[in-house]
Amino acid sequence: MGNFSLRRLFRSLLIPLLAVFSALIVGAIIMWLAGDNPVAAYKGLFQGAFGSARGWATTIRKWSPLLLTGLSVAIAFQAGLFNIGASGQFMMGTIFSVWVGINFTDMPAIIHVPLAISAGILGGLLWGAVPGILKVTTGAHEVITTIMLNYIAALFAGWTVYAGGSQGQKPGPLWDPAAKAISQTPPVVDSARIPFIFGPPYRVHWGIALAIITIFVMAWLIYKTTIGFELRTVGQNFKASKYAGIRVGWTIILAMMLAGALAGMAGAIETLGVNFKFAPEFGGSVGFDGITVALLGQTNPFGVGLAAFFMASLAAGGAKMQFDSGVSSDIIQVINALMLAFVAAPAIIRYIYRIRKAPEEAETTPKISWGG
Amino acid sequence: MSSPTRFKKTSLIALGIAIVLIIVGVIVNLLPIPDDSMWRVLFGVSTLNFTLRATIPLALGAMAGILCERTGIINIGIEGMMLAGAYAGFVAKVATNSWPLMPSLLFGVAAALLAGAAMGYIHALFSIKFKMDQIISGTFLILLAGGLTAYLFNPDMVAEGKFSPIAIPVLSKIPVIGDIFFNNPPITYTALILVAVLHVALFHTKWGLRSRAAGEHPRAADTVGINVNFYRYMNTTLGGMVAGLAGGFLVLEAVGQFQEGMTAGRGFISLAAMIFGNWMPFGALGAATLFGYTQGVQNALLLAGVVNIPRHFISMLPYVVTIIAVAGFVGRVRPPAAEGKVYETEGSSE
Repeated sequence: MGNFSLRRLFRSLLIPLLAVFSALIVGAIIMWLAGDNPVAAYKGLFQGAFGSARGWATTIRKWSPLLLTGLSVAIAFQAGLFNIGASGQFMMGTIFSVWVGINFTDMPAIIHVPLAISAGILGGLLWGAVPGILKVTTGAHEVITTIMLNYIAALFAGWTVYAGGSQGQKPGPLWDPAAKAISQTPPVVDSARIPFIFGPPYRVHWGIALAIITIFVMAWLIYKTTIGFELRTVGQNFKASKYAGIRVGWTIILAMMLAGALAGMAGAIETLGVNFKFAPEFGGSVGFDGITVALLGQTNPFGVGLAAFFMASLAAGGAKMQFDSGVSSDIIQVINALMLAFVAAPAIIRYIYRIRKAPEEAETTPKISWGG
Repeated sequence: MSSPTRFKKTSLIALGIAIVLIIVGVIVNLLPIPDDSMWRVLFGVSTLNFTLRATIPLALGAMAGILCERTGIINIGIEGMMLAGAYAGFVAKVATNSWPLMPSLLFGVAAALLAGAAMGYIHALFSIKFKMDQIISGTFLILLAGGLTAYLFNPDMVAEGKFSPIAIPVLSKIPVIGDIFFNNPPITYTALILVAVLHVALFHTKWGLRSRAAGEHPRAADTVGINVNFYRYMNTTLGGMVAGLAGGFLVLEAVGQFQEGMTAGRGFISLAAMIFGNWMPFGALGAATLFGYTQGVQNALLLAGVVNIPRHFISMLPYVVTIIAVAGFVGRVRPPAAEGKVYETEGSSE
């Protein structure tokens, strides 16, 4: 960050850009092989994302959860940890924020909204702390524990809104009786909803501003503070950081709590700004997308912001692409997967495009093994 | 490590639970216990049958994981390999609907194996040749399989027929045991035999010794002339095939059709079973049985009208148990030492 130069900027953008380009090309080949028209598909995709005010609005709406889960995975990477648990932390953030959003009724929005978002952050933070604490105290690898915690969170969240069964099963504590057999929470009260920047039909809410501020906060935290320095040192050289007197255990727990907090915030913002309630099917692939975003952004907060914007545009344009060209929007997940592969293995990109590895170039992805 | 075949504590616990389950099942079903008794619900033949059916894909997934990880390649992509196998098996079955049933189904199995092998090979190629982080490569497989199968799947396609049970002569007449184990469709038998074969192969053959050496101490293996990366390629591809078979089981033996995302997290529970079973085939089978039983019991409780335990909490069990196991609360599980590390021969760039 300090010694900024155009050449370095170009270097750091080269691999992600080539990864995106290659993924789009391979995606086109797959579409062509399957008998679809890739040109029409990409045209529809682009128009869906940027061809109209509504397209832009959808892109921006989908930007914040991707941005925050991307930051969540990225900050863990910075500390040498692999957070596959963003989706579970997102889920816990959602449940905590929805609980505050439906249970406090006499509260002005100026207090209620921040309180509900904070609750979501807390939910994610606590859920993120578990794998951190387990890793430090018992050595349990965070990849295994976060995958398991994702399922536990999803089942727990599912239980809270469970509508009960026909044989007299007890419904969950957050279930909305007005929804009858549907498992979902009641809508959060008006005072807990994040206000719109642009109201319906655009439905762009102020959560995106919060997400963008978070980029700067994270960049400051990672690159300008002692905590950030310790975090990166632990990530780059675990042993050396021990000898340097860094409290490694605490740093690991802190990194996981931060990662959890960011994913929890994503859940809160999505709930209070877009969905206004929780149902078990919400959340989807948000955790895995966060991994792609973080790597595409080379774990740099600003890079993550850009990568998230790009992936949000893909997600936003999918519906129009399917409508215009008849190409199933499921192809976007294929393209996401290919981007992940190409950006995570710069060797493939270097191999295809015959790029030499710069000597000063640091690996952006950590090397991880179960043993730890 | 005193002896390679010595079962570690957790794998013994896992296997013990499975054996206790069978013994209790036999006793309960032979005693004149009334049909509405809780014992009958928890250990009845139908519950245990359901348990076995839920266990098979988990056991196959765990064997796939063991094959890869024993040579040092982390495989969190089992879920994706399974899904690819399921889809390929389905498409092959649909394409040959006009054939007689058995050849058509076997063609489906072949396609599932092939698709799984392809996924395994991609995983090995990315991990070894392109030095991609193995966990990211696994994540890629999961996303790719999920995306591709959803993109290509045409809901109008219908597979006609699936494997039906084959009663083993004599053995199937044994009370209880015969009903549970010896009256099953072919992939179920294959899976159970595979566990034993893999155990023998891993711990009593040259191939197994070399595979484990590649995963425990690749440098030493290399020194005595073992081609570490060859074993990693081979076993990861074989592992992919076994995971593909698990997908084939779901389509060709259990459900009969393909559904988007039909593996529904089974690949991750397989991963959990492998870990809880301490990377041992029989340990993993025991863990898979325990996890399969949580599904069987849920089903049985629901049918019996027992509703005061929310099913969500029963479903959590496999995941909680796995966390407890990796956290070392029941005797530590230990992964192969060189797992996740790229192996480069002396004199190359590292």
